[in-house]
Amino acid sequence: MKKILEMKNISKEFPGVKALSGVNLTIYHGEVMALLGENGAGKSTLMKILTGVYQKTAGEIYLNGKLVKFNSINDSQKAKIGIIHQELNLIPNLTIAENIFLGREPINTFKKIDWNKLYSEADQLLDLLNMKISSKELVINLSIGQRQMVEIAKTLSLDAQIIIMDEPTDALTDKETESLFKVIRSLRSQGKSIVYISHRLEEIFQICDRATILRDGQFIEEKEVKDLDQNEIIEKMVGRKISEQFPTVKVKKGNVALEVNGLTNKFVKNVSFKLQQGEILGIAGLMGSGRTELAKTICGAIKKESGEILIEGERVNISSTQEAIKKGINYVSEDRKKDGLVLGLSVKENMSLSSLKEFTNQFSKIDSIEEEKVVDYYIKSINIKTPSKNQLIKNLSGGNQQKVCISKSLMCKPKILILDEPTRGIDVGAKKEIYDLINNLKKEGLSIIMISSEITEILGMSDRILVMHEGRISGELPENEATQETIMSYAVGIKEEK
Amino acid sequence: MKVNKDFLMKYKSVLGLIVFSVIMAFVNDRFLTLSNVLNIFRQTSINAIIAAGMTFVILTGGIDLSVGSIVAITGAVVAALIAGGMNVVLAVLIGLITGLLAGAVNGIIINKGKVQPFIATLAIMTLLRGATLVFTKGKPISIGYEKNAEIFNKIGAGYFLGIPIPIYILVAVFIAAYYILKHTRLGRYTYAIGGNEEASKLSGINTQRIKTYIYAISGVLAALAGIIITARLSSAQPTAGSGYELDAIAAVVLGGTSLAGGVGSVIGTVVGALIIGVLSNALNLMNVTSYYQLMAKGIVILIAVLLDRKDR
Ligand SMILES: Nc1ncnc2c1ncn2[C@@H]1O[C@H](COP(=O)(O)OP(=O)(O)OP(=O)(O)O)[C@@H](O)[C@H]1O
Ligand SMILES: [Mg+2]
Repeated sequence: MKKILEMKNISKEFPGVKALSGVNLTIYHGEVMALLGENGAGKSTLMKILTGVYQKTAGEIYLNGKLVKFNSINDSQKAKIGIIHQELNLIPNLTIAENIFLGREPINTFKKIDWNKLYSEADQLLDLLNMKISSKELVINLSIGQRQMVEIAKTLSLDAQIIIMDEPTDALTDKETESLFKVIRSLRSQGKSIVYISHRLEEIFQICDRATILRDGQFIEEKEVKDLDQNEIIEKMVGRKISEQFPTVKVKKGNVALEVNGLTNKFVKNVSFKLQQGEILGIAGLMGSGRTELAKTICGAIKKESGEILIEGERVNISSTQEAIKKGINYVSEDRKKDGLVLGLSVKENMSLSSLKEFTNQFSKIDSIEEEKVVDYYIKSINIKTPSKNQLIKNLSGGNQQKVCISKSLMCKPKILILDEPTRGIDVGAKKEIYDLINNLKKEGLSIIMISSEITEILGMSDRILVMHEGRISGELPENEATQETIMSYAVGIKEEK
Repeated sequence: MKVNKDFLMKYKSVLGLIVFSVIMAFVNDRFLTLSNVLNIFRQTSINAIIAAGMTFVILTGGIDLSVGSIVAITGAVVAALIAGGMNVVLAVLIGLITGLLAGAVNGIIINKGKVQPFIATLAIMTLLRGATLVFTKGKPISIGYEKNAEIFNKIGAGYFLGIPIPIYILVAVFIAAYYILKHTRLGRYTYAIGGNEEASKLSGINTQRIKTYIYAISGVLAALAGIIITARLSSAQPTAGSGYELDAIAAVVLGGTSLAGGVGSVIGTVVGALIIGVLSNALNLMNVTSYYQLMAKGIVILIAVLLDRKDR
């Protein structure tokens, strides 16, 4: 196979962190190369070096055999390398089309933007991605999944020869993922090359030709996907064998911790359910089915219009997240960058943000010794990879940022924990750690609601599953009756309980 | 070499201040005398106190244009009270409460009315300036010559152990501001709100209440500045404090606090205020007229901001 790009012996050092040392990556003509590794292995960093966002400390990059140097993303774009970053970079108050062609708007002879052309070309791109939405829609109104598709459309519009996708399916529904794969296959047949980063290993077997595996910033190996199996990949990524993903944890359920009756507003319709102590309630459904809105309504971030919420049998009135936390309900958002983290603060400051009250004495002074002790405990116990607790959170890899978000909630010692896509962007090893953590919390009698689009995860973890469709609960399944098929049929609304 | 450069960039404002002071010390032998240095600090104290409050506001991503008008209205109220024979402590307390209320009103309009800080505080700035002119009928209010006026005058013009009283006040304000920002929840939340308001809200922070506190702090400190000025001049001027908001913002920005919020420190703000203070003092010593002084100030701000831009 023809090599079109080679990265050789790439090293990258950040102050206090050796992110990459001597990594190789080869990109072949008309192939999809998987780039695999745990959180913090250096995948995103390697891609940022390739696209000129970061400068490498050592190593060479050859494009079609010629030594090249990219000083900025502009340089790499000129060389027809496009990237879809893990963090989305869209401007919310512009339309989809304006975002796609930002800085490259088609203009007529009088320098006026040719709006018709702009929107028709954008619509074509969306069509290609099977997106049934007008390109005149504002990005602010889109779900994360739809935004991801817009990013992809933007890269396609650049006519790139090499397209890097950093966890593109992270926030996509199965359907959207399928359309994306179709696009990837057609790009591949046009002779384009793709670097594909994902923590969903099953996708690697569906779409990738070869895989390059990194561990702790080191190159482990490059192999054809057909010569690999899932266990081998995991072992090489993690450096050890991983025990069973979803061990069954039996816990005697306690009293009803949370009861929701007829909860209704713009997003959710007449939702009722009960949650017991020591129970994990899974909430499945398609993107946009109202799962996140349900969670946000329960925790006071969205107003309810009618219905009631009872905590341990007592009717409560929750009108802000602050009150929810006081009453023992904690919500971990699906969108960590927008709703979860303060990027300019350190790991420590982010982790203690919700529970800072616990660490303040009567003179409202923060007891930093106590604060650091607890922060250190969580960094260690759920294995957050960071050079120090004072590192800025924005310098952590995506998965480690997610762990900080979860720790932030745990530090409030909640009675009811709502986890919205808790393992989004998290590697296999860390997923297992998060699952163990959730199971341990369950053993301690915590009540957990877990929203997830990963059906295996919902099936593996939940004691009971609610399926949502268009803001309603379309089905409730006990653990032993739930299968992928039944969940899907409730989720798409083919089946509905009455 | 690289470490050196990072160091230079990080402490550029302090270094700039030191280098400029050293040069001045050589150029003009009156510059580095004890009385002149104390003079610089005393003159800087007004701006620095207001700027300390402004630092909180800007850290949350907001802005407070009303501080200059709060200086004026507080001065007028306190001068009238003193002239009317009121006890100094009580009068000062009422003055501070005036500023607190004005600041809290700013906060409430911004939070409940969902008005941009710029617009809300612009409106309050105009309103309070008008109120001051109405209250003073456009004329200065003298604090009178009674015993209480004599005591009150010390706040602005008195000395303790050879050092002007306003400098003590300044030091106290900065220690308190530093402590709050560094060691209390209010401080942590200030940075968090400026960094990501939505995430802060979802983390259970009552962002509206915190922001109201912040604007109230800014109001109190502006009132304090107003009291010092009035005390020093023994009278309240209806036009006192006009343009002070811009000097305070300049000090904050020179000190490296980002107007976007979330990043910065009150130590930077002291340095920023001192840069402005040292500059005008130096130009005064060299008999440069105030028109040129303004131009020089503009240029310094511009240079500082451009340097900051390269930083990122
Ligand atoms: N700007 C930065 N400053 C300091 N350290 C950084 C910076 N960017 C990345 N790092 C560190 O480099 C390492 C590699 O991070 P990177 O984001 O490349 O991981 P990743 O493989 O993409 O992980 P994930 O799967 O979680 O996205 C991590 O330890 C991270 O903390
Ligand atoms: Mg990454």
